[in-house]
Amino acid sequence: MARFSPENLAHARLLLSLYPEPRSALLPLCHLAQAQDGWLTPEAMEQVAELVGVTPAEVLGTASFYDMLHTSPVGTYLIGVCTNLACLLAGGEELLRHAERSLGVAPGATTEDGMFTLEEVECVAACDRAPCAAVNWRYFGPLGPDAFDELVGQLRAGALAAEVPAHGVLSRVRRRRGLATTTEEVAAERRAADEERAARASAKAAEAQGSGDGGSRS
Amino acid sequence: MTTPSPSPSPSGAAEVGGGAAQAGASGAAAGDSGAAPQEVTITLDGREVAARPGELLIAAAERAGVYIPRFCYHPRMRQVGMCRMCLVEVKGPRGFSLQPACFQPVANGMEVRTESPAVKKAQDGVLEFLLVNHPLDCPVCDKGGECPLQDQTLTFGPGETRFVEEKRHWSKPIPVSSLVELDRERCIQCDRCTRFAKEVAGDPFITFQGRGDHTEVNTFPDRPFASYFSGNTVQICPVGALTASAYRFKARPWDLEQVESTCTTCALGCRMVVQSSSGEVVRHLGVDDEAVNHSWLCDKGRFAFEASTAPSRRTHPLLRSDARLRPVSWQVALSEVAGRLRAVLATDGPGAVGVLGGARLTNEDAYAWAKLAKAVIGTDSVDAQLDDGLPAELVAGLPPATIADACAAKVLLFLGPDPREELPVLFLRLRGAVRDHGLDLVELSPVDTSLTDLARASLRYRPGQLVDLVRQLLGSLPPANPAVAAARDRLVAGGGEGVVVALGRSSIAESEEQTVAAAGLLRRMLPGATFLPLLRRGNVRGALDAGLAPGLLPGRQRLADGGAFATAWGGLPGAPGRGARALLEAAATGQVRALFLLGADPLSDFPDRSLARRALEAVELVVSVEAHPNASSEHVDVVLPAAAPSERAGTTTNCEGRLSPVGQKVVAPGLAWPDWAIAVELAAALGADLGFASPADIVAERARLAPLFAGVTSAVLAGTVGRMGALLPLRGRGPDGELGEWPAGATGGLERLDPMAVPGIASVESQGAPSEAGVVRAAGPVVAAPVGGRMAAGDDGPAALLSWEPPEALPATPPVDAYSLRLVAARRCYDGGTAVQASPSLAALAASPALRAHPSELERLGVASGTKVAVRAAPGRLELVLEADAGVPKGVAVLGAVPPAADAPGASALVRAGDPVTEIRLETLEAG
Repeated sequence: MARFSPENLAHARLLLSLYPEPRSALLPLCHLAQAQDGWLTPEAMEQVAELVGVTPAEVLGTASFYDMLHTSPVGTYLIGVCTNLACLLAGGEELLRHAERSLGVAPGATTEDGMFTLEEVECVAACDRAPCAAVNWRYFGPLGPDAFDELVGQLRAGALAAEVPAHGVLSRVRRRRGLATTTEEVAAERRAADEERAARASAKAAEAQGSGDGGSRS
Repeated sequence: MTTPSPSPSPSGAAEVGGGAAQAGASGAAAGDSGAAPQEVTITLDGREVAARPGELLIAAAERAGVYIPRFCYHPRMRQVGMCRMCLVEVKGPRGFSLQPACFQPVANGMEVRTESPAVKKAQDGVLEFLLVNHPLDCPVCDKGGECPLQDQTLTFGPGETRFVEEKRHWSKPIPVSSLVELDRERCIQCDRCTRFAKEVAGDPFITFQGRGDHTEVNTFPDRPFASYFSGNTVQICPVGALTASAYRFKARPWDLEQVESTCTTCALGCRMVVQSSSGEVVRHLGVDDEAVNHSWLCDKGRFAFEASTAPSRRTHPLLRSDARLRPVSWQVALSEVAGRLRAVLATDGPGAVGVLGGARLTNEDAYAWAKLAKAVIGTDSVDAQLDDGLPAELVAGLPPATIADACAAKVLLFLGPDPREELPVLFLRLRGAVRDHGLDLVELSPVDTSLTDLARASLRYRPGQLVDLVRQLLGSLPPANPAVAAARDRLVAGGGEGVVVALGRSSIAESEEQTVAAAGLLRRMLPGATFLPLLRRGNVRGALDAGLAPGLLPGRQRLADGGAFATAWGGLPGAPGRGARALLEAAATGQVRALFLLGADPLSDFPDRSLARRALEAVELVVSVEAHPNASSEHVDVVLPAAAPSERAGTTTNCEGRLSPVGQKVVAPGLAWPDWAIAVELAAALGADLGFASPADIVAERARLAPLFAGVTSAVLAGTVGRMGALLPLRGRGPDGELGEWPAGATGGLERLDPMAVPGIASVESQGAPSEAGVVRAAGPVVAAPVGGRMAAGDDGPAALLSWEPPEALPATPPVDAYSLRLVAARRCYDGGTAVQASPSLAALAASPALRAHPSELERLGVASGTKVAVRAAPGRLELVLEADAGVPKGVAVLGAVPPAADAPGASALVRAGDPVTEIRLETLEAG
């Protein structure tokens, strides 16, 4: 499971072909791997390294810099409770304590059934709904203890499946272009980009030739 | 040196040739364009100071005697400006502002303040931040006492901290490789080790991970920092975060004694210091030498010192009796050898005695043994190479190139072994040259090597067809592909002027005839090209220069031209003797009855194991002068224990012909003697007097008799030449008119490099004492080599050194057998050699031998990668694991030349000595 499925590998190759330097596809490929497994497995990082031509250590170095790329397992739902100023004043700290008791895990840990990972996060820019929590980067709030338990119950029952996909799924990207893009569309986009680049290069070359004559005399 | 220096050197000294000038130009601050000013002036703390255009402020200030504190800056790597310790005030349009001195190139009229209150406050602040998470465990830290963080905190820091919170904690230490341990709590994120791994070594297996105060240096899980150069990260770490497993808790810096020396693990001759504590060598550190190693060492050179205290070390003379080697006194051993040797000489004459090896010896040892063999015993059958190198006359007689020449060449044509495996630091130099100024590298090799990705063209030839490829390159055969044609245009332009050829044996499964013929073609067709011989063994060049080769005398003299030696030595062998292969063949048929092994192990190192075994079994008397037992030991009759590196002083010569010192730091264990003393005593037992009571006597006689060593007196060796090294023969005169002294100022004079590039005692002395202390290194090679292997007319010293006349006839191209694969037997860095096997840190890294071939060959055979197969060749049959490797062309198979264990099968079991190529056939093993 941890390496790319044949379908995702095809997507990975498409993503690679979008960039002049394979290395530029490192982060998109990390997202793709996380979309597949919910987190970045060591095997996935090794495969990303092979695909973009760097060492696995460099992939880990880059991925570990970003909070939204997880290099250790996370639950299906990543619940981030905000304890930054606006939420703190509105009861964020209490919400976090309640979440800990209710889920039975400390911040940073995952429930035994693998459903929920609890995190304490800084401001997620939803202060109008303080105290708030983000579930797989979808915002919920204001949340009291009861509302939190109800939210967890709904998530556990699958009632919010349409709204909150499993952790790692790039649904927003997919809606726009991203992974749902057909092969033909990517190919067309690449052709257009190639043509534009070629046009730019030839214009530059013509310009250089024009000024080059002057340069050789000086 | 044929390349003219780009501009007259500042002092106008005419003695310095291209080598020195180019070495200077490869430094960070090369100002070689004609129009650019040679010098700019900056105001440093109110004082006017000269600087080189484009130079970094931190380097300019240091040359002017102002030490700006720093952690991340390293003169041999790109600056990153990460630690902020080097903040100084630089005047801009809006007055003075703080700028990192490591990121600020000097400009004419720049005003700089390094000791103002603002700078002091910045330094205080940076250090306080760096110490926030740094555990103050200096009393138990290996770095304590030589720690740039400790020293610079003392000199520039605030003295106390305001941080009272809990510090960051990590588990400690964790191994990042079997050689290097990491304590992340101590790390200050200067990016030196990670930058080294990526930028210099090209092995980015350690990286920064995480972010902010959670940033750590680490490897990928279960992927260790497996680099041949990992030990350098320990040396450049400015704190105690990276430590070498071999040195942890062994010594404290203030207890260390050190001596400057030269590494003889391979023929590159990296400069280093040997440090000892309580009479035991505890570590090697690289010394920054512009001409050779740029401060780096490979892990083999850094950790192989462990071998000298290995339990297997030879400490007493041994004599075989009742099939066992038993300890005896020196007197018994020597009289036994002398008696049996006299018997051989009496019946069969000196032609029945041979001497093999000598690359382990110092130059002085080798001279004494050459004199013993050629003057006392009277045999010319002496060979320092075991049929695995190049003919001595070719090595000595081709127009020479230095490492710096190779790095600055117009085109570097590389015909040789994988440098990362055989001459590791040469790989770093070439990689740096490609990275920094786009060296045009053309590689001719039978398989992919570490240079393949760096080369502008990497051309493949099937073993046995090198000459064909060279003829295509030079235009006498139609080119096989466009890459060859493109490379040809760059090579032949201007008669090869500016072209450097790096020449070595890429495989010992081929005889040397193709390499020799290729060298001859290149010599004739590219008269302007110079050659860097890539011999592998430590001091093999020095041994050849000392006359440990058939037909040669010390100082690159032919036996026939050795009139001075004939007189002084009282007689010479009448005719040239046998080389290693002929010697072993003669031994196998009983013509040679006594054999001396000078640290040679024919069973492991000679390309044809079966011939070596037959020879050793047939010879009546085998005397081994060795520091460690080896695979050949079971055939040895008398063992004479010799001193190991760091146990004797002298000189060594690297592959470019550079003489440099090896230092003595400890005493040889037990009854081991230096090799020259063994030669003297053995001569005495034979009733002859070599006339040497100390190495100084050898130096004096050598300077008198051997034209190459003219002027290399004890006094010169004790001076600049002895410290810095020098290309031979010496030219040029020092300020006091002494031959061989470096004309000071010719390439900018002596230069202080970053004291943190030279840690150890020097760093303790220099960190807090900005301008006075510190190790001083030259910026360039000392003297230029003559053109064409001959002294230039009008120079001091005798004239004729030998030159090599390439043979006219080309060898026949061996016909291709479609059912066979051609074997490539290449050496690996970690192999079965005693230096690796007797060093606990390195022995575990030697990989088991596997045969590698193109995936299609495995398909044809119908086996998966990793399957054991039968390998048949003319001398015998082996069973080996076969692995798929797309870097090996079809029709070729690769096997390590020396297996990690004495009893493991290696390539030499498949090679027949003298065959132009080795054909092997693969067969599947019967199931079950």
